[in-house]
Amino acid sequence: MRTNTPSDHRIEIAGVTKRFTTPEGTVFTALQDVTMTIEPGQFCAVVGPSGCGKSTTLTMVAGLDTASEGSVTVGGSPVSGISRGTSFMFQHDALLPWKTVLGNVAMGPLFHGTAKKTALADAREWLRVVGLAGFENHHPHQLSGGMRKRVALATALINEPRILLMDEPFGALDVQTKAIMSNELLTLWDQSRPSVIFVTHDLEEAIALADKVVVMSAGPGTVKEVFDIDLPRPRGSVQEIRFGERFGELHEQIWETLRDEVTRAYAQTAGAGPDPEGAAA
Amino acid sequence: MTTQVSAQAAPAAGTRPRGPRRRVTRRRMLVLAAQAATFIVIFGGWQLAAQAKIVDPFFFGEPSAIVSKLISWFAQGTPYGSLGTEIWVTLQEALLGFLFGVAGGVVLGVLLGQFRFLADVAGPYIKAANALPRIVLGSIFVVWLGLGTPSKVMLAAVLVFFVVFFNAFQGVREVDGNLIANVRVLGASRIQVIRNVILPSAMTWIIASLHVAFGFAVIGAIVGEFLGAQQGLGLMISQAQGQLDANGVFAAMLVIAVIALAAEWLIGLLERRLLAWRPQSRAESPQAA
Ligand SMILES: Nc1ncnc2c1ncn2[C@@H]1O[C@H](COP(=O)(O)OP(=O)(O)OP(=O)(O)O)[C@@H](O)[C@H]1O
Ligand SMILES: [Mg+2]
Repeated sequence: MRTNTPSDHRIEIAGVTKRFTTPEGTVFTALQDVTMTIEPGQFCAVVGPSGCGKSTTLTMVAGLDTASEGSVTVGGSPVSGISRGTSFMFQHDALLPWKTVLGNVAMGPLFHGTAKKTALADAREWLRVVGLAGFENHHPHQLSGGMRKRVALATALINEPRILLMDEPFGALDVQTKAIMSNELLTLWDQSRPSVIFVTHDLEEAIALADKVVVMSAGPGTVKEVFDIDLPRPRGSVQEIRFGERFGELHEQIWETLRDEVTRAYAQTAGAGPDPEGAAA
Repeated sequence: MTTQVSAQAAPAAGTRPRGPRRRVTRRRMLVLAAQAATFIVIFGGWQLAAQAKIVDPFFFGEPSAIVSKLISWFAQGTPYGSLGTEIWVTLQEALLGFLFGVAGGVVLGVLLGQFRFLADVAGPYIKAANALPRIVLGSIFVVWLGLGTPSKVMLAAVLVFFVVFFNAFQGVREVDGNLIANVRVLGASRIQVIRNVILPSAMTWIIASLHVAFGFAVIGAIVGEFLGAQQGLGLMISQAQGQLDANGVFAAMLVIAVIALAAEWLIGLLERRLLAWRPQSRAESPQAA
């Protein structure tokens, strides 16, 4: 199946503006002139205050929504609707509660016309890879939060994506589980090297995993700054990498930028900031 | 021995000597006993009152006469055929009406729930049709389709349709958009989205409506027979009414009630099968309150 030339999974987001019509009928600009490029096989983390449009950006790359202005291209062709080769792990649990774990994971191949037997065998194999062998016949509500995330990961990876979009995939997990899952993700990513956009609110996680960290700012969402993470790969354990010297420097540098954004965004949404300009507009 | 049993029965709640399971059985027995007592008070009271002529058994019937009426129907048959045939006729009408009504309701509900344009166009008409007293359609159907089974099936189907339709429509509207987005990204076509997400999700709503819907199917069949028929339980009731035979009316009612309860039980089975994926908590503690 993998006949891709390397350049066919570059993600280019160029001058993208996204406006929503709010329930009150006014126009709300969620994203303003966002530009970023993710090279083929690159792991890009996106951090930024809540509501700055991270999920919205992923939605447009996935082809679930279109930009109001600007363009989103994948592998040189503009995104127009959902395309095979893109997988999306949503911010909220999106497993089908009425399907078993196996049924959930097998969905992707089945939708693409793979024979049922092959699809189920593939799904079993992926469940083994994410450490859930023996849970094939459970329903999602019978699993822990971390296990559900593993299922979602298997569901996303079984389609052999060239583009992997992950929206705070490990956001609701405890620190230990998160570390384990992060390590596993890195290993799996290294095997097929899809281009990844990984949204997170955990800066340490972003630095530990990514080649590049994009800091976004809110109101409306824009790219504030992009940092290259020059930590060598393989990174090894994400718990240990954070004690390295270079990690510390990068963290300090990025945190400075991010902190300003987070404080500003919080003051805005909480209405606590004395901001006459905002009030006038 | 006893200590062993109670230790097994109550592993967590160590302070309570009596196991929770035993308390549940005790409570069940109590409920059953109270239900039996209620039955005896109502029907015994009715029987006594009728015998003492406190209520006139000619107008109000009496349990013993209802039972003997049922026995005679069983043994000698009814004036229109054997009791089994009468039941089968009505049941067939109700079942066919139920099937057509459910199928129509689900298909149209899912379609209109999926396509906003269709829903906007059809909305006012469906609301208007729903506001009509649909029972009177039975007369039209008898005119159109005659005294046989089809007119009853039609009336039952129309009654069932609206119940199921509104639930299916609402069920489709309530589907989590996240789930749809997820399967679409995984590669699902429109049909696959409907099959894998919309239908199972709306199923909770649709099945909930089936309980009420079967009741409507029976009503449709019986009323249809009232309006004009050569066979069926509805005809038996209307004939008994014409002869001022209260016991006959009650006896037929009893037969219908048994049918309805059996259907209810079957739908319950279906519900448990189709919705087996749901968390257990709700299904397991209906008697907790
Ligand atoms: N369908 C919509 N209609 C109107 N406004 C929307 C819609 N979707 C998103 N928004 C708005 O766009 C902004 C960005 O939303 P988005 O979900 O992308 O934020 P986010 O960066 O992912 O936040 P978080 O970190 O909390 O998940 C928010 O202010 C949100 O209210
Ligand atoms: Mg988000």
